[in-house]
Amino acid sequence: MSEQPKGWTDARVAEIIGGLLRAGVISAATVVIAGAAVYLIRHGHAAVHYSVFKGEPSDLRTLSGIRQDALSLHGRGIIQLGLIILIATPVARVAFSVVAFALEHDALYVVVTLAVLAVLIFSLTGAHL
Amino acid sequence: MNTLELTVLVWCASLLAGFLGALTGMGGGVVLTPILTLAFGIDIRYAIGATLVSVIATSSGAAAAFVREGFSNIRIGMFLEIATTVGAVVGASVALRLPTSAIAIIFGVVLLYSASVSSRVELDQPLEGEPDRISKFFRMDSTYPTAAGPRHYQVHRVPAGFSLMFVAGIISGLLGIGSGAVKVLAMDQVMRIPFKVSATTSNFMIGVTAAASAGVYLRRGYIDPGLAMPVMLGVLLGSLWGARILPLTKTRVLRLVFAVVVGALAIEMIYHGLKGNV
Repeated sequence: MSEQPKGWTDARVAEIIGGLLRAGVISAATVVIAGAAVYLIRHGHAAVHYSVFKGEPSDLRTLSGIRQDALSLHGRGIIQLGLIILIATPVARVAFSVVAFALEHDALYVVVTLAVLAVLIFSLTGAHL
Repeated sequence: MNTLELTVLVWCASLLAGFLGALTGMGGGVVLTPILTLAFGIDIRYAIGATLVSVIATSSGAAAAFVREGFSNIRIGMFLEIATTVGAVVGASVALRLPTSAIAIIFGVVLLYSASVSSRVELDQPLEGEPDRISKFFRMDSTYPTAAGPRHYQVHRVPAGFSLMFVAGIISGLLGIGSGAVKVLAMDQVMRIPFKVSATTSNFMIGVTAAASAGVYLRRGYIDPGLAMPVMLGVLLGSLWGARILPLTKTRVLRLVFAVVVGALAIEMIYHGLKGNV
């Protein structure tokens, strides 16, 4: 443990994780609010349809579709992009922890954290579920 | 009701749910899905998708503050997240195949359990004696700050706690809630981790657990941006507000009242689930 690079302690890691989570939530909320403004100005008077489940159209279910919609400045697409940032925030936290445990020379927890990251990536990309 | 009116009403309900959820320690998600389904007549699948997203927001927002105070144990959290994320993927996959009436009934039962846990008094007595070998191998023992300086604690019964975390993950994935009540039970009661450490570490884990099922729900079209938007923004603001005034508030009576409300929502969910009109 004496070979730890200076400053890579659990407290420092906690500090960075705190900042990462905060930045993720703030940027997600900002994008969602921007999308909400576009969506409500354009569709605020439309009728609601949530009592019957139809499922989202395919462009709001995939990363590439959401990016496309957001780039064409569709309100719902921008909101969905904000939600993707939000979902990515804990994933980024886990990914950062892999690096942090590696810097702390904690091989055991690098493996533990990689296992969690693998499950997350599997669930976010596995179309068969 | 048009989109704008619904957005404003759902935002207000979410703000209140997030506020009370933070003050009572139950989280906002647990009451939101029942309110969205029962009061707004929203299909439970849309309600679950929107609530799940808000759960990630509150957990990450609160964890950002807690993790710096030194209560959360990142190692315990990461180790147990193996169980909760696998459970969440399983739960979400099962949810896609269950009839909505069954989900409503399960939701009601979990609500009843949460209500009973919340009205209980929290005890904080560390168990003495040998921690088990797994907790030693994974170096889970740590310290947490108290008024009298850092206090050491040991972690016990890891296999039982790990199994219960798997169940917490399944519930979280199935219902789109944080299932903080089960997570705290696993750490506080089973693994004998001090309450404050259990509560903050549980909160820390909720975001990752919810993210694990969010992918499944997103691909299945459960996450509607128009509905998730007011829910996420409302719950997030409400929970930050609640957390801010929490130290200044006597929550005993509030927790009791909230538990009664949650209990009533639970019975309503079970009733509608049994009648098959959810």
